[in-house]
Amino acid sequence: MNSEGVQAVPQTVPFWNDPKKRAIVYQIATLCMVGLLGYYLFTNTVTNLQRQNIASGFSFLQKESAFEIGESVIPYSAADSYGKALLVGALNTLKVAFVGIVITIILGTVVGVARLSSNWLVARLAAVYIEVMQDIPILLQLFFWYALFYESLPSPRQAICPGAGIYLCNRGVAFTIPEAHPAHKYMLLAFIVGCVIVYLIRRWAKKRQAQTGKYFPVFRVSLALVLGLPFLVWLASGAPTALDAPKLVGFNFKGGLTVSPEFIALLLGLVLYTAAFVAEVVRAGIQSVSKGQTEAAFSLGLKPVLVLNLVILPQALRVIIPPLTSQMLNLTKNSSLAVAIGFPDFVSVANTTMNQTGQAIEGVALIMAVYLVFSLSTSAFMNWYNKRVALVER
Amino acid sequence: MEQHALTEEVLKPPVASVGVLGWMRKNLFNSIFNSILTLLTIYFLWEIVPPFVEWAFVNGLWLTSSEACRAGEGACWSVVTQNIRFILFGFYPYDQHWRPLLSMLILFTLLGFSRNRKFWTKHLGYAWIAGLISMGLLMKGGIFGLESVESTKWGGLPLTLLLAVFGLTAAYPLGVILALGRQSKMPIVKILSVLYIELIRGVPLISLLFMSSVIFPLFLPEGVNINKILRAQAAIILFTAAYIAEVVRGGLQGIARGQYEAAESLGLNYYLTMRLIILPQALKIVIPPSVSILISAFKDTSLVVIIALYDVLKTTQSTLSNPLWMGFSKEAYFFVALLYFLGCFSMSNFSRKLEKELSAGG
Repeated sequence: MNSEGVQAVPQTVPFWNDPKKRAIVYQIATLCMVGLLGYYLFTNTVTNLQRQNIASGFSFLQKESAFEIGESVIPYSAADSYGKALLVGALNTLKVAFVGIVITIILGTVVGVARLSSNWLVARLAAVYIEVMQDIPILLQLFFWYALFYESLPSPRQAICPGAGIYLCNRGVAFTIPEAHPAHKYMLLAFIVGCVIVYLIRRWAKKRQAQTGKYFPVFRVSLALVLGLPFLVWLASGAPTALDAPKLVGFNFKGGLTVSPEFIALLLGLVLYTAAFVAEVVRAGIQSVSKGQTEAAFSLGLKPVLVLNLVILPQALRVIIPPLTSQMLNLTKNSSLAVAIGFPDFVSVANTTMNQTGQAIEGVALIMAVYLVFSLSTSAFMNWYNKRVALVER
Repeated sequence: MEQHALTEEVLKPPVASVGVLGWMRKNLFNSIFNSILTLLTIYFLWEIVPPFVEWAFVNGLWLTSSEACRAGEGACWSVVTQNIRFILFGFYPYDQHWRPLLSMLILFTLLGFSRNRKFWTKHLGYAWIAGLISMGLLMKGGIFGLESVESTKWGGLPLTLLLAVFGLTAAYPLGVILALGRQSKMPIVKILSVLYIELIRGVPLISLLFMSSVIFPLFLPEGVNINKILRAQAAIILFTAAYIAEVVRGGLQGIARGQYEAAESLGLNYYLTMRLIILPQALKIVIPPSVSILISAFKDTSLVVIIALYDVLKTTQSTLSNPLWMGFSKEAYFFVALLYFLGCFSMSNFSRKLEKELSAGG
């Protein structure tokens, strides 16, 4: 190599050898490709819509829906708009998801703990439950429960009565509930006030314990407050005990609280299916806390309740919460299968709307948007909670 | 030695701590709470199991007509046995049922071989490609003197299996690309990948299936039609890819930084680094979670019922809507549940076995 050869090397690198410039080229190319694909699909859609004379846009939401919805949290009739119908659907989805999540967490925890039980029979049974439920598609389970309701239960006239005030028939389950009374509103208010006070007491007790080391029986006081305040309100308003029992009128039950077979089948399917996954999550969480932690806590002289509260749970929750969040989201997303058994959830109502108005794109876009909002808000909340319990490392 | 053994008195453990009794004491009755729990469980099982066995097996009817079923008290398995060919193969021409059967056998053989890690070579890959193509050709027909069968007539178990297997096979490369995109240093590529993955994971599969059945046709230029099965397949692929991307991302994050740096210092470019160094390691880590994705894809194919494709669940449903067999849903759904259970259980067993082997350093 002579000196001439060295000098022949150009001082500036050609742009195809510069990773930074190359990256820009790649990104522009990707953007162009995605943009072109989007443009192609968009123009096709526009021409197809024009050809089929479908006006796009969300103006159909104000039109009269002209279809009834079987069950609703808010008053609704066929004269209301599509927008309101969709709102009813969204509220029904929220109802199923909320009730489902609460029951699933309880059942999943019980099964998860049972899976680790020292009792061989219980542990085996829990294992079988988990394996079987995980391996059968949720939709099939929904069909099964729905069919069981429709085929195996008698008509309202021959309703089975498993306990006082509860009637099982193929039109659903009718419960006896306390008769509507103005006191109930104040009891609910008292309950909420109780919860707020409990929250404040917890904060105060924690602070005091950190400063002075004095222990305050938070749990017992909280329980007394949350249950006691509504009870006091109930007593103060004259202790109304009138009950509203379901009565057979014609071919169906009137009065009381009737839960539709669709709702029960959906809830049963979702809860039993998701609980199997939650049980595995709980099991993994409990197993992640090493035995030494429990032993160390006991050797410090802590009571079993405190060992659970201060040592085991905080560590297990850290492992449990992220996968638990995704299971809760799965439950919410799976509730969309309600459309298959005729429960009027959001997807079901949106599907009817699409069929009536022909606004397919808007309908699917609405479904996606609503579930994205549910998913993102749930995971935002869970992330916030997770941050609170997460390990603070140096 | 011998004398010592003779003189030492051998104390037998008490009867209550060995054998069946000992086992029961240790595992079922080791505390008051556990004893109560055991008794309650036994009572519960006693209430459930004998009546079920009586219903399903003692009084069960296996090969009768529906009239005999309605007269009988037990389970009517006849609803399955009398309609088995429709449930398994749907509207596929009756005299051609051997073709989907053969396709399924090819698939099961391939799956059987793939279970054993000894066979994990390039040849198995070629065998899979050949197998998948021949399965498609067998189903479709039109060559080698086979009668051509429109894909609208495909149905039953083969459709379920095809949707799951083709769905995963096609989704895997897409998922790997998305995972690489999400890990990329280029912001636009990264944002696009993240958007896609989070968007798809945030919505239920059913919304994508609706999209495939009502919106996909609008996306295509006039005169171009893609049949319903392919559209549903596309939706399943797009959906599964997002989940695979997250699994593969887990694998990519498990690779030490040193591996990237070593590849760079060898002068490998991005493509070669990924193909030769990173992906072979990352994909090996994610085999067990990929099997769980296959399991969920297999279960999720049942959702095509909602857009009226005749998979094994839909054929069962339409059997049940036949007035002759109405009202025997329990038995029919038990059968379908058993099919799904066998499929998923063998896969999850395999996944567990594999995880053990891989963690043992195999």
